Amino acid sequence: MSGVRVLVGTRKGAFVLTADGKRQRWDVSGPHFGGWEIYHMKGSPVDPKRIYASQTSGWFGQIIQRSDDGGKTWHQPGTPPGEPTTGPGGMPKAESNKFVYDTSPETGKPLTTHQWYDGTQHPWEFKRVWHLEPSLSDPDLVYAGVEDAAMFRTTDGGKNWHELSGLRGHGTGPQWSPGAGGMGLHTILIDPTNPKRIYVAISAAGAFRTDDSGKTWKPINRGLHSQYIPNPNAEVGHCVHRIAMHRARPHVLFMQKHWDVLRTDDAGESWREVSGNLPTDFGFVVDVHAHEPDTIYVVPIKSDGEHYVSDGKLRVYRSRTGGNEWEPLTKGLPQENCYVNVLRDAMAIDSLDKCGVYFGTTGGQVYASADAGESWAPIVRDLPAVLSVEVQTLP
Amino acid sequence: MIRVILPPHLRTLAHVGAEVTLDVAGAVTPRSVLDALEARYPMLRGTIRDHVTGKRRPMLRFFACEEDLSHEPPDTPLPDAVASGAEPFWIVGAIAGG
Repeated sequence: MSGVRVLVGTRKGAFVLTADGKRQRWDVSGPHFGGWEIYHMKGSPVDPKRIYASQTSGWFGQIIQRSDDGGKTWHQPGTPPGEPTTGPGGMPKAESNKFVYDTSPETGKPLTTHQWYDGTQHPWEFKRVWHLEPSLSDPDLVYAGVEDAAMFRTTDGGKNWHELSGLRGHGTGPQWSPGAGGMGLHTILIDPTNPKRIYVAISAAGAFRTDDSGKTWKPINRGLHSQYIPNPNAEVGHCVHRIAMHRARPHVLFMQKHWDVLRTDDAGESWREVSGNLPTDFGFVVDVHAHEPDTIYVVPIKSDGEHYVSDGKLRVYRSRTGGNEWEPLTKGLPQENCYVNVLRDAMAIDSLDKCGVYFGTTGGQVYASADAGESWAPIVRDLPAVLSVEVQTLP
Repeated sequence: MIRVILPPHLRTLAHVGAEVTLDVAGAVTPRSVLDALEARYPMLRGTIRDHVTGKRRPMLRFFACEEDLSHEPPDTPLPDAVASGAEPFWIVGAIAGG
């Protein structure tokens, strides 16, 4: 019987939640990596037992963890203990937590600074991995979105990581600036019909696209309007919180920006606002129904100083028309005295026949709907603040 | 034999107990001890010293013989008691909440 595995990253560890296809009775495993921030976990679409996790700490820095058995056991995929850490010629061997920006004379030399809060230029400094996106066809190939914003790639299952420096080097990098949460590359979407085409989103720079596997990139922010930046229609500088795609229609993207929900029908060449009747157009998550490309979900958040849901009510909003017309989904969700947030990587969709929707809150709840959002129930209520939620649909 | 006390999270990463023992060739300094530690336990590379600068991570401290050695140059010889194995070299996570 089919089932699901929900991967939950929290401020203090990782949790793996599993259920059969009914999604009513759950087994909870964890905390894994207790005490560490788990920014993101994601499984390989071609090998669901292969899961990657970003484990970080203000004390000890970045760790990459990998599981080859569906999250039961984990290891750091670099050089095993006891093996020499240098190879022939003294070259360092695999270091799975080493994310070093490209400073090579050929490709990295101009990639020196971005805009700082005071308008001056500031050097890029690696802080953590925000998002891990495994390839759609190769379990050893994974993309990593990091803070300060850049894209890295491993082709050996996480043992070594190398920057795709064309993103920082395409020309607008010096205009990127950190948002309140840092300057993170938080979203990576791979076109299932053309794996050379990848979309990324960065706070606070905007959305970008490559059509050649990451060698060259272009900003795709035409139509975004951000009234709080000096040029509201600038090419970059927009605080994009999340973008989402339906795999059957990869040229259509939906975006939750700092303010505004938007969509593009031409692979990001132009965007239009579809916030419609949402109670607030601020939020972090946006996701798409597994089988209905025009059914999308957001969780409106009271902007801009509070960052919790409006009126004490936790409401997912669904549009079945690709935006503009939205309906609140509240059955089973708290409708009084609720003041949580749902962060940008904390919503996921399974692909069972009756589409499941999942999200986690800063209050430590993970909610699941086994009927496309009509009704909800908590899987767990009292985890540490949830940073990310992913779901694997298992055969 | 040099004794090193690790903070709990690094013990978990390295799959060891609180104390590890290391052979250190040549002068016993913070740098040579950490080099030996990372050679034995590669998964600790980058967790104590920055990958690029080689500097101590800001929220870690080094102690030995009840002295804070965190700001000593990395090639400063450690006390004889550490070099002889009588006292351990401590790597301590800063007491910082949040």
